[in-house]
Amino acid sequence: MSRVEVEKKVLNENQILAQQLRERYREQRVLCVNLVSSPGSGKTLLLEKTLERMDKSARVAVLTGDLQTENDAKRLAKFGFPVKQIVTGGTCHLDAKMVERHLVDWKLEDLDLLVVENVGNLVCPSSYDLGEDAKIVLLSTTEGEDKPLKYPSIFFKSELMVLTKIDLLPYVPFSAELAKENAHRVHPGMEILELSSTTGEGLDAWMKWLKRRQQQKAETVLTELGG
Amino acid sequence: MACLNLALGFMHELGIATSILECVQAEANRRPGARITKVGVKIGELAGVDVDSLQFGFEAIIKDTGLEGLVLAVESIPRVQRCPKCQHEFRMTDYDPQCPHCGEFATQCISGEELDIAYMEVDE
Repeated sequence: MSRVEVEKKVLNENQILAQQLRERYREQRVLCVNLVSSPGSGKTLLLEKTLERMDKSARVAVLTGDLQTENDAKRLAKFGFPVKQIVTGGTCHLDAKMVERHLVDWKLEDLDLLVVENVGNLVCPSSYDLGEDAKIVLLSTTEGEDKPLKYPSIFFKSELMVLTKIDLLPYVPFSAELAKENAHRVHPGMEILELSSTTGEGLDAWMKWLKRRQQQKAETVLTELGG
Repeated sequence: MACLNLALGFMHELGIATSILECVQAEANRRPGARITKVGVKIGELAGVDVDSLQFGFEAIIKDTGLEGLVLAVESIPRVQRCPKCQHEFRMTDYDPQCPHCGEFATQCISGEELDIAYMEVDE
């Protein structure tokens, strides 16, 4: 009997593809964000409000993942930006291959921002790198404040947490402070935004975050090219 | 496989188990005549993988692959933080990132995210 040392990532194939995507985004200076949350936390509504507020000349596209139906793509298509549905047919997360396949007839050089809306799930999407620059996790005020403690992996890996449905705070037994404290216990220093897609409160800060992150990416790429 | 997917629902660990099995099969193909008896994996506590579900899924998918009897050995890796101020390293419990040595809060995670295949045992 002999022992062979392997030292390989279990999701090596996905990792390789994700790295290729990341490289393509970098070359074309596209910021890719991966939105993750439980089902019903408000990913699609936030995206509707985001696209609605975008300048008509904005170079943005959306890939939206669901187990079944094209409903989300239909909701998002009315703003005139390129939108494509990824129907996973049962798989509980998106992987890099699905993203790559759905990008084939889009030109990345025509984009500045690619938003990937993951399947509603806090577990599986945390394991699959899609080549994104940032994972963004949404938590709504109708969930438990302890979600970050129950699903630490995704909160740890996300650059930003967006607390959604804050218009409901007067009506639900949810402490925003406790939720933020829990998020920071899992991921010290993580950025947090609070907003309501329904009333529009906090959406300006969200749009600014996206803008700032795009600029940051463009500058990083320029520095790398210069160096 | 399709039937298994239905039977096991959308179990996250099944996809992980499948990726491990593919890696073992690739190694087996490189070693004709040899039998792989054990595959060792490292799973960090931040990897979001339930070890019991992974074992269950793995046992289910190795049936009829010629790899029956293959043992999946899981080493769980705890979350360890390092303090940037005093360099103290500590096992993080209860999501408390504070350095027990000097009190610094902004400590960094240095292990616990692993989802790696570490080794295989082969009968040549």
